Amino acid sequence: MTIRVQNENFSIEEEINAIKADRKDIGAIVTFTGTVRDMAKSADMSKAIPITKMHLEHYPGMTEKQLSEIQAEAHSRWPIIDSTIIHRVGDLFPGDNIVLVITLSAHRHAAFEAAEFLMDFLKSKAPFWKKEQPEEGEANWVDARESDSEALSRW
Amino acid sequence: MKLLYFAWVREKIGKSEETVELPASVSTIEELITWLESRGPEFQAAFENKDTINAAIDQAHVPHQTALNGASEVAFFPPVTGG
Repeated sequence: MTIRVQNENFSIEEEINAIKADRKDIGAIVTFTGTVRDMAKSADMSKAIPITKMHLEHYPGMTEKQLSEIQAEAHSRWPIIDSTIIHRVGDLFPGDNIVLVITLSAHRHAAFEAAEFLMDFLKSKAPFWKKEQPEEGEANWVDARESDSEALSRW
Repeated sequence: MKLLYFAWVREKIGKSEETVELPASVSTIEELITWLESRGPEFQAAFENKDTINAAIDQAHVPHQTALNGASEVAFFPPVTGG
């Protein structure tokens, strides 16, 4: 099980190769990659505004602890063979990768569901905060969405 | 006790961490917030909508009613927005 919090970019292919290694019992590999959009909702949600940069802050120590707990929970709920969670922090730009989740299982359903579960819990439990820099004006902290905490209820 | 502040809570308070000696009367997160607010307008601004502020004791999420029970590290931050 891999967890990394880093500023550097990641290679999806290298991470798949690393986690798969030479195992032959894996029937399904699911990956989710979150990336930085170039547009965001304005503070009053009335319009989309162009974004030039996104800063990601986190709580070192608690981040890794929360991700480990979420990962252990996914492994206890589904027959996951292995999983990787990588989250970037610091200054990121539109188009950049933010987060990578990889799940491996014998059959696809477990890998799909565990990947969604990991992302839903990561989004509402892991202590990361995004600050967006619009093309004009001051940078804003992104507001948490109701829909993200609601997403947990289905699990 | 070590206190940590993140994101806009950190910006409003003007520092990311500090070590404090708590009065004996402070035994829960709620009471800690009330005590912090008494320390100045920057804390009052940070905790203006205290229901929206999340707390963690020793790196685990906790509700505001939770007892401090000798915690060594308490953090305050806005709802998380990673992923």
